[in-house]
Amino acid sequence: MPSRRRALIVIALLVLLAGVSLVVALAVGSISIPPGAVLQGLLGDAEAPGYAVVHNLRLPRALAAFACGGLLAVAGCLMQVLLRNPLADPYVLGISGGAGVGALVAILLGLSAFGINGLAFSGALAATFLVFGLAHGDGSWTQTRLLLTGVIVAAGCGALVALMLSLAPEHKLHGMLYWLMGDLSQATDARPPLLALAAALLLALPFARELNLLARGLATAQALGVAVVRLRRLVYVVASLATATAVTTAGSIGFVGLVVPHLVRLAVGNDQRLLLPASALAGGALLALADTLARTVAAPQQLPVGVLTALIGVPVFLFLLTRAPR
Amino acid sequence: MTALLQASRLTVRIGDREVCRDLELQLQPGERLAILGRNGAGKSTLLSTLAGLRPAQGGEVRLQGRSYSELGPRAAARQRGWMAQTQADAFASSVLETALAGRHPHLGRWDWESGADAELARAALARVGLTGMEQRETPSLSGGERQRLAIATLLTQAPDLYLLDEPLAHLDLSHQITALELFAGLARERGAGVVMVLHDPGLAARYCDRALLLQGDGTWESGPVAEILTAAHLSRLYGHPLREVEDGGSRWFIPC
Repeated sequence: MPSRRRALIVIALLVLLAGVSLVVALAVGSISIPPGAVLQGLLGDAEAPGYAVVHNLRLPRALAAFACGGLLAVAGCLMQVLLRNPLADPYVLGISGGAGVGALVAILLGLSAFGINGLAFSGALAATFLVFGLAHGDGSWTQTRLLLTGVIVAAGCGALVALMLSLAPEHKLHGMLYWLMGDLSQATDARPPLLALAAALLLALPFARELNLLARGLATAQALGVAVVRLRRLVYVVASLATATAVTTAGSIGFVGLVVPHLVRLAVGNDQRLLLPASALAGGALLALADTLARTVAAPQQLPVGVLTALIGVPVFLFLLTRAPR
Repeated sequence: MTALLQASRLTVRIGDREVCRDLELQLQPGERLAILGRNGAGKSTLLSTLAGLRPAQGGEVRLQGRSYSELGPRAAARQRGWMAQTQADAFASSVLETALAGRHPHLGRWDWESGADAELARAALARVGLTGMEQRETPSLSGGERQRLAIATLLTQAPDLYLLDEPLAHLDLSHQITALELFAGLARERGAGVVMVLHDPGLAARYCDRALLLQGDGTWESGPVAEILTAAHLSRLYGHPLREVEDGGSRWFIPC
């Protein structure tokens, strides 16, 4: 039975995990800084060893990684409820495809990082509105129709991405591929994704119990007193903006949005009141750690973090899945 | 006394096919109504219109004198409960959590289910014979157990009006009678109103006060079960000759 006390204990443990993951992310790298010095530096002691490295280089990137992981995990939870489909992830409605098209156009045009982010975000929103408009056309709004529209729009975007990759000049290919695989090395400002994460949780949590009912089915939720039309619009908008922000910051990092909600669900159950904040923390911790590995494991070469999230996540998930037959 | 449920000049259509035209219906506290008709006649569609889950194409539905738009979804959920014809879950959840979902309209936005809510849910599970299965996951339940869990969720919701879409589906004979007795008890003791879609006119005659026959072409007949549930009426309704048999004060209808 769901209880507030158990939820608070789980959240407290995950906050601890998130803190540890951030300290690790700040301590590890080409210059290794002891965790004690990291904490000293974070508390504002400018004399602490490695203060500049921690503050100027690693902190923005670690926080951006954390925020993106949290955003993707929350968006994944919301999409799975919205589509009532455990296979849904934040990208299923074509958002990453749209962002990818936008970003690659910007890279091909030789725009600055700001231009790439701007076009990626616009592409994500364009795909969102396109899918919503097409699926919503006659007012019926079935999950299957939404899902199929999303998959088709994503496929169309995928074709455009492949077309641009095949036409792109050699020297731009590397940047384009890294963007597509998910890469945090360009993330210098963690504030937009952090704000978006806070906003997404603040908007979704008041409706968490209603989301539990929505997961049981539209008519059931409506019969139990949920204003389903309004709630589904809210979920759609929040999940889309969360995904668009994450993709704009870090590129298309796969896997986090699909698997973190399931991992957390296996561990704590499917109550959205606990699942949403727990997924945000777990997704953030996972991506902060994965990004630390991505920039250290083959240093000085930096790996795309999206590859690592999958490499870490797949065996962990398979282990949990076989261990917990219910 | 205000009727628990009132439909006036209600017209329901699926696409351009009419389910009912200008339906007049009133359900007083303690009354039980059976809806009968052929497959595809629109019984479920009418029931979900009565539950406010889909808009009517004409006329209006009122719960204790107020329309669904006046009530809003939460207040409506405290007055009427609706049970779907099929119980499917995309995500697993425990039996107790599923039964607790019925408390939603009674809880504030930030409330969590209390010990008292859990007691209500356990009591409801006991009434449908699911005691001891609280921690089972719903996908591991049989069809009949899921159906009984849906009834328990409805009991936890504790509305004044029960709208049941084939409440006997998947139930064995003993559980069919248990379920019908349960709703009869709610009507008798708490003055609940019950509307149920049934396929057995004999059970409808035994457990309901009135019946509504949907002919499938927009026309309908309703009245006390003694008058309307006759071999002649039912043979015409189902398009198959039926014979009435009496046994120990109960009337049963057997297809010829």
